[in-house]
Amino acid sequence: MDNNKLLEIKNLKKYFYLRGGFFLQSNAGVIKAVDDISFSIKKGETFGLVGESGCGKSTTARVILRLIPHSSGSVIYDGKNIFELNHNQMFKVRRDIQIIFQDPYASLSPRMTIGDIVSEPLEIHRIGNKATRIKRVKELLDVVGLNPEHLNRYPHEFSGGQRQRIGVARALALTPRIILCDEPVSALDVSVQAQILNLLADLQKEFDLTYLFIAHDLSVVKHVSSRVGVMYLGKLVEIANSEDLYSNPLHPYTVGLLSAVPIPDPELERKRKRIVLEGDVPSPLNPPSGCTFHPRCPLAQEICSREVPPLKNYRKNGKDHFAACFFAGKSI
Amino acid sequence: MIKTKVIQDSYNNKVLEVKDLKTYFYTDAGVVKAVDGVSFDLKKGETLGIVGETGSGKSVTALSILRLIPEPPGKIISGSILFNGNDMLKLDRKELQNYRGNRISMIFQDPMTSLNPVYTIGNQIMESVIIHRKLKKEAALKEAVRLLETVGISEAIKRLSSYPHEFSGGMRQRVMIAMAIANSPDILIADEPTTALDVTIQAQILELVNEIKHKTNSSIILITHDLGVVAKYADRVMVMYAGKPVEFSTVDNIFYKAMHPYTLGLMNSITRLDKKKMGKLNPIKGSPPSLIDLPEGCIFRNRCRFSSDICKKSFPPLREIESGHFVACHRAEEILKKDQRAI
Repeated sequence: MDNNKLLEIKNLKKYFYLRGGFFLQSNAGVIKAVDDISFSIKKGETFGLVGESGCGKSTTARVILRLIPHSSGSVIYDGKNIFELNHNQMFKVRRDIQIIFQDPYASLSPRMTIGDIVSEPLEIHRIGNKATRIKRVKELLDVVGLNPEHLNRYPHEFSGGQRQRIGVARALALTPRIILCDEPVSALDVSVQAQILNLLADLQKEFDLTYLFIAHDLSVVKHVSSRVGVMYLGKLVEIANSEDLYSNPLHPYTVGLLSAVPIPDPELERKRKRIVLEGDVPSPLNPPSGCTFHPRCPLAQEICSREVPPLKNYRKNGKDHFAACFFAGKSI
Repeated sequence: MIKTKVIQDSYNNKVLEVKDLKTYFYTDAGVVKAVDGVSFDLKKGETLGIVGETGSGKSVTALSILRLIPEPPGKIISGSILFNGNDMLKLDRKELQNYRGNRISMIFQDPMTSLNPVYTIGNQIMESVIIHRKLKKEAALKEAVRLLETVGISEAIKRLSSYPHEFSGGMRQRVMIAMAIANSPDILIADEPTTALDVTIQAQILELVNEIKHKTNSSIILITHDLGVVAKYADRVMVMYAGKPVEFSTVDNIFYKAMHPYTLGLMNSITRLDKKKMGKLNPIKGSPPSLIDLPEGCIFRNRCRFSSDICKKSFPPLREIESGHFVACHRAEEILKKDQRAI
């Protein structure tokens, strides 16, 4: 089972150094957007990454693709560390790892027809000639449920859901193995959101894709993922099978997060006891000492403000379940 | 138990009655029928949820109640909005001022843009108390401190001199709520109050609004696209689609006995935390129509799986199918007979 790791992220860090003062010459602090996270994605699975805004989910995706430089750590793909590849080698890897962005309004150039948008990756990677590329674009538009005859239209002529389909077609153009989905449905209305989720599921089966699915909506992540990682202030605080994470969360942050989501069932809501986490997510510029969650944590003890809890495996029934908490699993 | 009793006691106690409201926007591309024939009533102490997707007319309905529609291009072309018997649409500017922010107030969606960045928090809260209650500055200051404490902001006295940019999103929304409840309004309109916030902060804010409602016995119109929020906080729910209400009933009826195909479609589209792994979702096909160019007959028929010939002919009026359960669908009775959850 463990040998089919397609992508392995090891001790990945991404720090942003802020500049301030006179002519921005002095160092104004460090934001640890991604702070030492490790996880792996298996072939054919969907790995969900959840967390609130500013927890480092999107930065993780961008660093993996080297859209922004990393600070330290490694990402192993196909036996090689992506960060050590030269320009040409990385160019090849990009064919295998593609990304779908959150905002279907900002991620498509308004000046290009959707045919041009979808065929651009093919042109850049010099695949086929003009005629075969057009054929391929039509095929792709058909696959994502758009009318292939519309390839000469511009993005503004499409609705949000259709635009997201265009983004999906673009990501599929190079027949990738992995697609990083960065909040692919959060800008969409529920009825359209469901259509896109179904589309992604169909494509996964058809093209044998592996997804890294990033979202803040816990129920969406539950629906699509086989395994889930929960992030808080740049750190992974819990990783488990989707089912175990949702039925038996170990980290108090995960417990609070799950409890905060109202369930669309009035009867159930009336009976449900809610744990409301107090306070705000602290500033990443000046994170709390020890466990960064301790000021909001109902279980916090003295040790939590002193030491950083390591990510430990609380294996159960042969399934890995990692949590970074000194009091993991203790009831609140 | 207590909850149901309160509702029954106040059953005939309508604070707000909206009848056949139509708000159109006149644009270069054509007339946008943003709200097209909305009627509902709001009882004392109840929370009315208005649900719908982008462009369904939820927010325009709310803005129309307070007459905050930018004119032109917008215009309320017909209908009436009775607040304690007075028609809000017939008031002049000055009379209207007595209601806005006083008897009816609003919490807007985006706390980042709805506070004024150049005034302190204290100034902004005091403004409405000074205008409506004619308090002197010192008394207003005291009142502002009390309000900030009510909404759970610690060290309130210090915070009065802060500017909005010094606050986080959740704190700003708390300030917005403090301003909205400053004059203990009869009606609080919350327009997507937590959409811009993270889920843990969302829970805090909604709990706060609910607490205030129970303390002051005011009525709330809660506008949201989140069915979970509606299930938790609403007593009755109006579902809107393309400017029209399509279903209106108690929260239990909407969730367990929905009759309109759109409501059913919405329920089938959502991913849920409380269910074991679901198979494929069963979404509504297509996307909402353009409000400029609505289909003939029923506005939902192009996306509806129950659509038949009769649906092409006329838009079905909102009918009371069962007691207190209104549905705008020609085929509501047939749908009711089938096992709805299995559809």
